[in-house]
Amino acid sequence: MKPKFGVVVFPGSNCDHDAYFAVKKVLGFEAEFLWHKEKELKGSDVIILPGGFSYGDYLRTGAIARFSPIMESVYNFAEKGGVVIGICNGFQILLELGLLPGAMMRNESLKFVCKDVFIRVENNNNIFTKSVDQKILKIPVAHGEGNYFADEQTLDEIEKNGQVLFRYVSNKGKIGSEFNPNGSLNNIAGIINKKKNVMGLMPHPERCCDPLLGNTDGSLLFKSVAENL
Amino acid sequence: MYKATVIVKRRPKILDPEGKAVEQGAKLLGFSNVKKTRIGKYIEFFVDTADKSAAEKEVKEYSEKLLSNPIMEDFEFTLEEVK
Repeated sequence: MKPKFGVVVFPGSNCDHDAYFAVKKVLGFEAEFLWHKEKELKGSDVIILPGGFSYGDYLRTGAIARFSPIMESVYNFAEKGGVVIGICNGFQILLELGLLPGAMMRNESLKFVCKDVFIRVENNNNIFTKSVDQKILKIPVAHGEGNYFADEQTLDEIEKNGQVLFRYVSNKGKIGSEFNPNGSLNNIAGIINKKKNVMGLMPHPERCCDPLLGNTDGSLLFKSVAENL
Repeated sequence: MYKATVIVKRRPKILDPEGKAVEQGAKLLGFSNVKKTRIGKYIEFFVDTADKSAAEKEVKEYSEKLLSNPIMEDFEFTLEEVK
């Protein structure tokens, strides 16, 4: 059976069509858009909160989107073990919603960063990376607020629990501040929740799925989810 | 009716890259005594009730749930009665 991806559309989302295109047209899974004012997840097996600038990033990134009617359904879905992927702005929304720990700050450089980065897969004990057989992925980032922050205790906890899923590294997998595009703590690029069914990441895997674009590293994550549902 | 003024500040221990950048501008302008610039948010609105404690409760909840992010920000507010 083909898994169905529900792609939530907020006012200001701008990677919703990329995500839809990647999972449906490139990878051949089912996909449907979910308008933020609706409550019905329409039988989705996986929810994608896409990138963009929901509600114009007013107040704080993701701060208003988290109160959209659909987010209550997404929250309950996740609590019951449903698989949720937050990409970029979607990651910011998951932090504001409290499905993932921590908060996002303005990039240390104060600049919007848009480029390919290398991220290291820190473990494979979850649905998102279980079938990913590469240690290092090349995936583009495009954000102004990707500077991940958590207090010491929380950071300690997520490190110990293996919740840090991706770190910014060199193309050889080396950690260093020169490979960190935004100043994020411990070079964190993506994390999962304790139950390992919710993932947030700043890089955009949906932008590198189609072979025509010269890089398909992003497809590995969606394929892994589909294979291990 | 009360007029509420909420100020949201980033926690003192948390770096404020915007404040730091603005302070570089201050140095360029020659304000050599300017130190520790921090940038926060100023939010004002009206609370339509005659009951001050009810207004306080509402402003506090609004600030906690939406206007600030408790992970990295603190807030303070004042209420002023308006006729």
